[in-house]
Amino acid sequence: MDALDLARWQFGVTTVYHFLFVPLTIGLGVFVAGLQTAWHRTGKDHYLTLTKFFGKLFLINFAMGVVTGIVQEFQFGMNWSEYSTFVGDVFGAPLALEALLAFFLESTFLGLWIFGWDRLPKRIHLAAIWAAVIGSNLSAYFILAANAWMKHPVGYEVVGGRARMNDLWAVLTNSTALAQIPHVVAASFVVAGGFVLAVSGYRILRERGVGLTGRRVPATAETGGEATVPLRRRTDMWRTSLRGALVMTALAGVVVAGTGDLSGQLLREQQPMKLAAAEGLTRDTEGAGFSIVPGVEVPGLLSLLAAHDPGATVQGVDDIQRRYAEQFGPADYTPNLPVVFWSFRVMIGFGMATVGLSVLGLWLTRKRRGRAGRRSGSAVTPVPSWFARACVLALPLPTAAIIAGWLLSEIGRQPWTVQGELLTAASVSPGVGLTEVAISLTVFTVLYGLLALAEAVLLVRHVKAGPELPPAPRDPALAAADPDAARLTPTLMY
Amino acid sequence: MTTFWFIVIAFLWTGYFVLEGFDFGVGALMPLLSRSDAERRQVIGTIGPVWDGNEVWVITAVGAMFAAFPAWYSGLLSGFYLPMFLIVVGLIVRGVGLEWRGKVRSGRERALCDAGIVTGSVLTAFLWGAVFGNLLYGSAFATVLGGVLSLSVAILHGAVFVALKTTGPVRARARRAALFTSAAAVPAGIVALPAVPGSAMDVPSWSASPWLWACALLAMAALAAGVTLVWRRREGWAFTATALSIALTTAALFGALWPAPLPGLTLAEAASAPYTMTMLTWIGLIALPGVLAYQGWTYWVFRKRLTVDSAAH
Repeated sequence: MDALDLARWQFGVTTVYHFLFVPLTIGLGVFVAGLQTAWHRTGKDHYLTLTKFFGKLFLINFAMGVVTGIVQEFQFGMNWSEYSTFVGDVFGAPLALEALLAFFLESTFLGLWIFGWDRLPKRIHLAAIWAAVIGSNLSAYFILAANAWMKHPVGYEVVGGRARMNDLWAVLTNSTALAQIPHVVAASFVVAGGFVLAVSGYRILRERGVGLTGRRVPATAETGGEATVPLRRRTDMWRTSLRGALVMTALAGVVVAGTGDLSGQLLREQQPMKLAAAEGLTRDTEGAGFSIVPGVEVPGLLSLLAAHDPGATVQGVDDIQRRYAEQFGPADYTPNLPVVFWSFRVMIGFGMATVGLSVLGLWLTRKRRGRAGRRSGSAVTPVPSWFARACVLALPLPTAAIIAGWLLSEIGRQPWTVQGELLTAASVSPGVGLTEVAISLTVFTVLYGLLALAEAVLLVRHVKAGPELPPAPRDPALAAADPDAARLTPTLMY
Repeated sequence: MTTFWFIVIAFLWTGYFVLEGFDFGVGALMPLLSRSDAERRQVIGTIGPVWDGNEVWVITAVGAMFAAFPAWYSGLLSGFYLPMFLIVVGLIVRGVGLEWRGKVRSGRERALCDAGIVTGSVLTAFLWGAVFGNLLYGSAFATVLGGVLSLSVAILHGAVFVALKTTGPVRARARRAALFTSAAAVPAGIVALPAVPGSAMDVPSWSASPWLWACALLAMAALAAGVTLVWRRREGWAFTATALSIALTTAALFGALWPAPLPGLTLAEAASAPYTMTMLTWIGLIALPGVLAYQGWTYWVFRKRLTVDSAAH
């Protein structure tokens, strides 16, 4: 165990941890902005209640994304000074642009949104949340463009032992980035969709007085409004957020699958080792098969996925290792095979399960037409309790999938920090000792663990407590005419 | 181009120290300025809408160093490994404390958030000064003196800000806290500030620079003026003076770091390719006015003084 190993562990721990929160921020922000837009356009009370309820969950989570992001920016210089010096010219540019164009927008307008409920005109206040959300998504663009450059370096030349950028446009429109950015952003929408599904499912069960296991639990009345707002209206509200999340998850799922396919094809050309490791393919193979799990193989499927041709050749780990050793000199160019192999399967399996759940939900809650609708007296299908329960239980799936995707992407890149240019072993800070990294790794791990626990407790507590409902049932038409409705629930204040 | 980007980075650090300076001060003073939970919310409310935006200045400054002077960025951060690590930890506990204190349930949990805010603010404000003090002189005395200067000036700056943004007992307490802090900030400034241009003496190009001396001396004058103006209850002008003092101190500091921002490393050696700098310049020139405009607008939206009642929800 030396400083390099610990620095890698620290980067892994802090990055995975950062990435627990960021996708939720990206997706949930858009969802909250959508809810507020719906309220702005329709004036219906329940949209405002939902905006504030999910807005609060969004803010609890947002804090963690911000503070763990600072670690990332400092860490490149602290632990990976050789890497930073080598790549700063190219890699630093998107990071600087991210701060200037995205973070300022995000944090400034989020401050305006949190504190501006009573102080800004409604239209401007709505624009503030959208500006913040655009900032979050822009930041994803820049950081992923920087990350894509590590896997497929473009727009540079190496002069005097350092990468020198000669085409910023090439860096920002890197083919790897253009496949990876929509893939990760759409996956973030799936994560947020899964989160809203779980929360809405839980609330539906709770309003019906049913527990997760199906046993009756006493209906709660922590909030004043619950007694006065009829059950039907409360469950309808959660049905609205559930349906919104179903649509978001299903649509994003299509984008994730399409761009994932694109990424797979790029891997074949740009990072053959990662593709081979993901399948555990040892030899160059024509018409390579795909193991669903070890032992269950679909012939030709890997070639079909990677090249859209079931007979195409896919390179194997051992043969790539031999070619790399000839090209770059003798060394081990093989990443950790079991980790890459299994993360690939967890990513696809859990991701598809989440999207499948959302498609099933859309069908279950579809509008009833014709006789069935007339018989039940309403076009609105109630959400079955078993489905609400499934949504709660599915909560970890999309997050596990997106984390597995990162492990595949980044561990599959090893032993390179910059594919074909710089090895991880040559990237670490030479002057930083084992003790220093051991201290920071330990403190970050412990601190992050405690904060994760605190965030989980805060989120669960706010979901359990439910939203602050208006004190009395309000006629929607009346509510629209009353601008003071916004002041009833100042839950977003400090 | 190298010099231009050095000035841009100095400007970003200046923005950071001036803006986050009062955030740190408000965070550090929060328990001393309030006697009740409502007053505590009043104090925190002065920075609530803006602190996160202020913090982006350091992210931009460090990002710009990474892009424009990679070797400076990596040398500074890996060279000051443990202080930088503690700064990040300070920013983390402070950030979650600020975001979560309104969302926790019990008084004990809120006290924990407040402890995070105070610890994080004090630690970070001290360490930035310590890092730069150490960079200039390398001695333990300079390190501690730099830390004391940055921490005490931040607290003074924050106290003046609270006095400017609040009414009632909190305002009166903030004024007293500002006067009290000046007992540490002014002597620290008198010892430390003239030493800043002095540290550049071994670099010939700056040895006789009147600009550096002017910045350091004017920073001292602005600090003294700030204290006097607090005494005379001119809070708006006092805040302008402390802000100016921090800006001039940062200018003197970066002047002393030119043209060798780290021992044995010149800016020319650390610099990125001219192409990179040109591209960043164009994007920066287009984007920065917009950023300044909407951040300024935020301060305009929240320009009113906070009363205990207005901060109550």
